[in-house]
Amino acid sequence: MAKDMLELTAKSACAGLLPATIGGITLSEETPAHLTLLAPYKGREAALSAALEAAHGMGFPAPGRATGKAEARAIWFGRAQALLVGPAADAGLAEHAAVTDLTDGWAVVKIEGEAAEDVLARLVPVDLRASVFKRGYTARTELKHMMVSITRTGPKALQIMVFRSLAATLVHDLKRAMEAVAARG
Amino acid sequence: MRVAGKGLVSGNRTVNFSFNGKAYMGLEGDTLASALLANGVHLVGRSFKYHRPRGILTAGSEEPNALVTVGQGGATDPNIRATQQELFEGLAAKSQNCWPSVERDVMALNDLAAPFLGAGFYYKTFMWPAPLWEKLYEPIIRRAAGLGALSGAANKDAYEKAFAFCDLLVIGSGPAGLMAALTAGRAGADVILAEEDSRMGGRLLAEVEDIDGRPARVWVAEALAELEGMENVRLMTRTAITGAYDQGTYSALERVSHHLPPSQSLKTVNRPRECFWRIAAKASVLAAGAIERPIAFRNNDRPGIMTAGAVRAYLNRWGVAPGERVTVFANNDNAHRTARDLVAAGVHVAALIDSRHDAPDGEGFAVIKGAVVCDSAGRQRLESITVRSVNGEEKIQTDCLAMSGGWNPSVHLTCHMNARPQWNRELAAFLPIPGAVPGMVVAGAANGSFSTTGALREGAEAAAQALAQIGTKAEAAAIPVAQDAPYRITPLWAVPGKGRAWLDFQNDVTVKDVNQAAQENFRSVEHMKRYTTQGMATDQGKNSNVAALAVLADATGRSIPETGVTTFRPPFVPTSIAAMAAGAEDQGFKPQRYLTSHPVGLERGAHNIEVGLWYRASYYPKPGESTWKQSCDREVMMVRNAVGVCDVSTLGKIDIKGPDAAKLLDLVYSNTFSTLKLGRVRYGLMLRDDGFVMDDGTTARLGEDHYVMTTTTAAAGQVMSHLEYLTQVVRPDWDVRFTSVTDQWAQFSVAGPKARDLIDGLVDEDVNGETFPFMACGAVTVKGVAGRLFRISFSGEHAYEIAVPARYGEALFRLLTARAEEIGGGPYGLEALNVLRIEKGFITHAEINGTVNAFDLGMQGMVSAKKDCWGKALSEREGLMDEERMRLVGLKPVDHAKEISSGAHLFDPEATVERVNDLGYVTSVGFSPTLGHMIGLAMLSAGPDRMGDTIRLVDHTRGIDTLCEVVNPVFFDPEGGRVRG
Repeated sequence: MAKDMLELTAKSACAGLLPATIGGITLSEETPAHLTLLAPYKGREAALSAALEAAHGMGFPAPGRATGKAEARAIWFGRAQALLVGPAADAGLAEHAAVTDLTDGWAVVKIEGEAAEDVLARLVPVDLRASVFKRGYTARTELKHMMVSITRTGPKALQIMVFRSLAATLVHDLKRAMEAVAARG
Repeated sequence: MRVAGKGLVSGNRTVNFSFNGKAYMGLEGDTLASALLANGVHLVGRSFKYHRPRGILTAGSEEPNALVTVGQGGATDPNIRATQQELFEGLAAKSQNCWPSVERDVMALNDLAAPFLGAGFYYKTFMWPAPLWEKLYEPIIRRAAGLGALSGAANKDAYEKAFAFCDLLVIGSGPAGLMAALTAGRAGADVILAEEDSRMGGRLLAEVEDIDGRPARVWVAEALAELEGMENVRLMTRTAITGAYDQGTYSALERVSHHLPPSQSLKTVNRPRECFWRIAAKASVLAAGAIERPIAFRNNDRPGIMTAGAVRAYLNRWGVAPGERVTVFANNDNAHRTARDLVAAGVHVAALIDSRHDAPDGEGFAVIKGAVVCDSAGRQRLESITVRSVNGEEKIQTDCLAMSGGWNPSVHLTCHMNARPQWNRELAAFLPIPGAVPGMVVAGAANGSFSTTGALREGAEAAAQALAQIGTKAEAAAIPVAQDAPYRITPLWAVPGKGRAWLDFQNDVTVKDVNQAAQENFRSVEHMKRYTTQGMATDQGKNSNVAALAVLADATGRSIPETGVTTFRPPFVPTSIAAMAAGAEDQGFKPQRYLTSHPVGLERGAHNIEVGLWYRASYYPKPGESTWKQSCDREVMMVRNAVGVCDVSTLGKIDIKGPDAAKLLDLVYSNTFSTLKLGRVRYGLMLRDDGFVMDDGTTARLGEDHYVMTTTTAAAGQVMSHLEYLTQVVRPDWDVRFTSVTDQWAQFSVAGPKARDLIDGLVDEDVNGETFPFMACGAVTVKGVAGRLFRISFSGEHAYEIAVPARYGEALFRLLTARAEEIGGGPYGLEALNVLRIEKGFITHAEINGTVNAFDLGMQGMVSAKKDCWGKALSEREGLMDEERMRLVGLKPVDHAKEISSGAHLFDPEATVERVNDLGYVTSVGFSPTLGHMIGLAMLSAGPDRMGDTIRLVDHTRGIDTLCEVVNPVFFDPEGGRVRG
């Protein structure tokens, strides 16, 4: 067989689908080096938060919140769990929490632009207006028919995460809404 | 006829449009209705039942008569109200429910048959004989009666749905709505002001009056300018609030591009036609105004007879006089403004007929007091009316009659959560009750405050009150000085007399029909409505409900409040299904989940099958193969003789960690997992609460407290939520955590006698019978990538499942299939996978169909006697281990050439084929190329006791009737030597 097939080539979740810019709104794939789910064991929440702070510089997020910055962020990801986005999780965290690698399990996209909120208002039933859904806010909600994680990462930027296998539908639905918003001009 | 210099559209540029193929000119800002009236066109449609000529009655969304069809082909939009359709260059509209033309409608013959077509006609006439209803009566009635028709072609127009949020939703932008929005906006609240019209201002656009000493429209413009300048205020025109729901949720329909010509550019090609909004508001102010009601009198439905408020609106907003010699018929002071405004604009007012003896005098027009209009004449346009007074009857020549029976506050939304409005005698109207919808305060005409001053004051107060509920304080706004004229009304619902007097113009319901309903004992207002169809047309009785129930009250000798109203339901205005279902067309109703190997399948021409949301390769055709079966047979033999590769990533994978992980597995699985050794996999069965089988699968122990559970593709979500239930509700004390890793890992089955050769060449570790015996698992390195290897088999062959992080999935699948092909193997799809598992008697959800327990599957031994498990207690109920239950067996046709089918039922060959003799059914079938005949799995009563028996298989749907032999469900390699080899 062809020699170039001897090594495994990595392919990102949205390869070939993004980026896309429609009407001043940009949709692009984010490829954080690691996504790690942290689910603290019984009574270890405080210890995990301290270890997280020491290792990665942010505490364990409260429900609906994200801590940290662009390079290393901890996003609340549902009941008693957070997703560490960016750095490889410190080995010591496993003492306090179930630590599970999900780097390849989720597609991560960023939507950015003046009308980004208008686009998401076509698909997401929660209030994402900047005055309500501020920087550092996150939600597990639905985008059309898909369960997603949405986090505000900037005044006009939001991060959307969906199961990797749904990446094509996510991009399709977002682009459709972007076109509809752009068409209103 | 346009009145020079009059109206808000005066001086606008001209717009060309056509109606029923004839070209006309209107002005920018016109509605189709105002432009038609400006061109002297009054006849616009035919009525629903009698096909009577009909003209424009109103100037708003409540219009019952002037329904037109706009657009062509798939984009045809029927039942568009001409009063709402804004004019645009090239607009082509046509009348509906008439043939060959609106002027000469053949079906107008129905009108002559009116004596036979009254209330209950259909019910009485078409009862018998019953079979004729569907074949004859209904098609004829549907053709004769009706509204506009759809094209029958698919509509390619875009529609959308959207969500919005605010502190205060203000519904309506008349004086009350604008004051409410101003008050709330100034207080810093997030406000949405929704107006169904294309222009904000409500009645202030249609009246001649001053606010703060200047024309009202100037005040409106200033108010809008202030609101537009506020970042916290969102103005939504062409947006009708259609429903009020729980927890401050409101639905709304925005007409996004009905007012624009069809898109000509790429930029606007995706522009939606309508948007269906769901608005979550902490509080709301309902300032929806009021709807004027007609008066029922003989022949009150001729083109040229309109509501008085509509005549004023056409004059004052659009500069159109709907007649040259206008008459007014009223029972209240408000309608006198119509005569006043017409006279001021230089239009001749022949007379104002007021049913009240104490009516005020007119300024510049004659008032006939204590008189009524009792008839009209004119074929396709009003020519005269007959006025009855103490002096007898008198005919008056007129081409437009402006009538007003008073105003009905738009209480609809206040009733959407089951409240009923209350009758107010003085106003002769139903008023909303306070607190009808939580968080909603009603203001202005919708609340029965019919003066501008009243509306302005109530709007400001309502906003303050609504905001106070949510803890926002609003400054009391200064109330502008405006007219505060009293309303003064004496009820007049129907003018007594012979002939037909219309109540519901749209469904052709007359006073006579309501009286007849009462006579035939349909005395409840809800019964009368259904018997006569009053209020059941697209206007939902907005124009007719109150008058009809007043007539019913009279006929039944009850008061109006005793009679009550029918139920107000959403939507407030007709809402296209396309808008409510926006985004669900094509594939939009469900997302698609794609495997990492999907592109490889596409390249190889694989046919896909949907499994839940997943798309899986069904088979991979090779050149020369023309049917799926050829490919499937080849793939099965390829696995049995060499090696096959199949993407099995769709199976649910749940990563379980924690000190109590093993306890959870022992609870959720019927068999024991706490004894599973590190580096080993075990097959397990899960039971539902009721003891029946929920799912099956394998769980691998990867670490001391670390397991990976595999579920079936179909039940992945169900098992996940079951685990959530068990850990959150049943054993919250256990220290165990889990998450889905289904999408994290790309996992491929490698099955066949050459499986180890294939795996060994890709994995850095030594893979042999010692390191990876049957049911072993462990971490491996696949071409430098950290992966996992499981020695498990769903085919009965020596097999592995190899997993790598999903980013490497496509590459690994390419590599595996390419390497497999070098040694006589290749990829196989779901069809082959299914045949392979049936040959081995392995179950899927075809067998675990919800009615089957472990005993039925011959797996009772897997329900451990040594421990408890979820569902165990109920699985031991009496009768659930009865030998006679339908239990799993294998089937093969006695004549090997015969076909068998899943879904077929089983009978004793001696018994007749009828329900009472049904012994079971076939769950799965396939053609086994290994064995050379079809094989099947079935649930058969006392099945294991019938081994070797002959059973009759009958499939009425497919016309199959075959004798089968009952056999062991494991057709191939029952000793299992191959899988361990």
